[in-house]
Amino acid sequence: MNRTEHFPADGRGTAAAPAPAPAEISPSEMEASCRMPLLALFGGAALALVAGLALAVTASLTFHAPQLFADHPWLTYGRAQAAANDLLLYGFCIPAGLGVMLWIFVRLSGAELYLWLAAFIGANLWHLGVLVGTLAVLIGDSTGFAWLEFPRGGSVLLWAAFWLIAVSAAATFGARQNRELYPSHWFLLAALFWFPWIDATANLFLITPHPVRGVAQAVIDWWFANNLVFVWLALVGLGAAFYFLPKLSGRPLHSHFLALFACWTLMLFGAGCGIPQGAPVPAWMPAASALAAVLLMVPLAAVAVITWKTVRGSTAICKGGPLSYIKLGTALFLLSGLMLVAEACPQISRVVEFTWFGPAQTQLQILGFFVIVMCGAIYELLPRVTGVEWPFPKFIRLQYWLFLCGVALTVLLLAAGGVEQGWKLRNAATPFADSVAAALPFLRAETVGLLLVLIGALLFAANIFAMTLRWKLALLKSALAAVKTPLQTAEVES
Amino acid sequence: MKTGFRVFLAVILTLGLSWLTFVVAPAVQLGRAKLEPVLNSSDTWPIQPSGDAALGLQVYRANGCAACHTTQVRQEGVACEVVLTDAGNNPAAVSNLLSTLKLSGLTKEQADAVAARIAAAGGKTETHIVPTGADIARGWGVRGSVAADYLYDAPVPLGNLRAGPDLANVGLREPDLNWQLLHLYAPQAVVSNSAMPPFRYLFRVQKINGTTSPDALRLPKNFAPPAGYEVVPTPAARELAAYLLSLKADAPLYEAPFTPAIAKP
Repeated sequence: MNRTEHFPADGRGTAAAPAPAPAEISPSEMEASCRMPLLALFGGAALALVAGLALAVTASLTFHAPQLFADHPWLTYGRAQAAANDLLLYGFCIPAGLGVMLWIFVRLSGAELYLWLAAFIGANLWHLGVLVGTLAVLIGDSTGFAWLEFPRGGSVLLWAAFWLIAVSAAATFGARQNRELYPSHWFLLAALFWFPWIDATANLFLITPHPVRGVAQAVIDWWFANNLVFVWLALVGLGAAFYFLPKLSGRPLHSHFLALFACWTLMLFGAGCGIPQGAPVPAWMPAASALAAVLLMVPLAAVAVITWKTVRGSTAICKGGPLSYIKLGTALFLLSGLMLVAEACPQISRVVEFTWFGPAQTQLQILGFFVIVMCGAIYELLPRVTGVEWPFPKFIRLQYWLFLCGVALTVLLLAAGGVEQGWKLRNAATPFADSVAAALPFLRAETVGLLLVLIGALLFAANIFAMTLRWKLALLKSALAAVKTPLQTAEVES
Repeated sequence: MKTGFRVFLAVILTLGLSWLTFVVAPAVQLGRAKLEPVLNSSDTWPIQPSGDAALGLQVYRANGCAACHTTQVRQEGVACEVVLTDAGNNPAAVSNLLSTLKLSGLTKEQADAVAARIAAAGGKTETHIVPTGADIARGWGVRGSVAADYLYDAPVPLGNLRAGPDLANVGLREPDLNWQLLHLYAPQAVVSNSAMPPFRYLFRVQKINGTTSPDALRLPKNFAPPAGYEVVPTPAARELAAYLLSLKADAPLYEAPFTPAIAKP
């Protein structure tokens, strides 16, 4: 095992493999080959992030004034909140994750992006699917299954789009010059196999004219939601983190073996979590899920060790830059995982089940861990891909602090409000209205946290769209220059 | 994992195990569930919902009611309660004995011992099965929810957050259709400190044409429409109310036994 295995090289030649491939291309050509699909994926994702957070802020206004949307069915809390969640997960997280995955595959393969047109069409199809699905939820056509709200029209589009992007990713992966896999490869490839399986299962068992009967529906939905929101995001987020942490901190990834161990145990135990402890289902299901959740401590510890040993002693300057994002995001993943384990412990779950503690964990997983890691990765890779610098470099650091404060505020308030509400719910002598009243101040203050994150997302979107504009202007200029160049006089005279 | 194929195998093994455990096994075990017999009765459970109630579940789904309401009652345990049915020939002795005994929150063995002592004093008793837990003490149900309760539902709206109260037995708690409609139109009109958003879009404000419509809501002054107008529920509101009224899990089952309260004559 040599050192290059620990360090994300550009896929071209290790000492053992000089790689005299005739098709070898320069790094700038590699980067340029992913321009169109990545700009399509990230542009739509940035829009969805802003729209999703705006919708979440709107939904949370219901806690300030319940009658606010009494005459507007599409903004009623149950619809707006579901649409906001879907926009964040399907609109931002998945396309951003796929974009970062494509880029990492290109870099690790030392090849250009294969079938870029398929990925480009897939990206646009995906955004169309999200748009159709979100509108369906807002007009009351949701399926009623948490994290699987999009009706058939939307989910068929997403399914087709995913395959188009996956084909491009797989072809690029297959073309790698260094056959040895880097740890990020395992996580990202696993995610590539994971999504079609869970998505097909959930849609075929639940969104059909004859779904499975009774609570089996709820069990399958919990399984799907956990495998998407916890495991899939963890696989992609950690895959990206294990690429960028060594790259940006200038230190090799701590251990090939430990990363392999973390990947296996995360898949094995992570996939078993998600069945709530008090659920009205046969007792073996929550029990098996609680066991898996306790064992989830193993991969969490492994990820903590890898991250700590990789970045410790690094002299890289990271004041609010991409490295800060990725370090923060990885730390928040560990917290989110610990909250998931806590929810599965019977003693804790008796208090926090059915309270705002659950949404706090989801917010931490999505906004805290995944969105922050992805934003860091995109800030690092997009200037290389477009060849254009970020138009507003100061926004990057500002957004880091806005996200940090906003996520901390949101998650802490929700979790504290949830525990407070849970204690009141536990005590049957306390009227139910008191448990609602106990959580309300926390929920009202949470609006501020969401607003901070929304402002951060606006800065992110501004940077991406200004960069796209600059890149297009540069294209136009070079095209104009080519047109305006006077013909060679020698050619005219002849 | 040196090749892509090995990663694929790892996914097949790990996700496959989880898939067999949490998708296939539940689909086989629960997906084949049949109607269950109600204890001490020839009835079966659950009761098929009326057409309006079945449509109402779709209104409940469309408006995301499950974002804030659960429809599941947690039960933490079960206890026995000894109830005197006949004081016998020596009521004074029995009543003296009763004042020294703990009659509720007993295990089966304790309940048998207590019943034996009362029987020795000449009294007759019954032993009742009483489910326990915070949800049940709160009056949200007479027993914990079980898988059988949801056999007819699609989607099953279990919910995972109690921003509002649990609704598993709202049909038992508030059996009045008018209360339900009024509460949907203006929650604060019936529960003064309610945080629930009003669902006015499920109702129509219309001009009174000669006589008031028999469906018109009887609203308190603060919530009433302008003079000459009335508020009538749309079909969606009626269906939703019918669904809410149909929510009652009050049958004792083998896996969730309890002694039903018998109305005193």
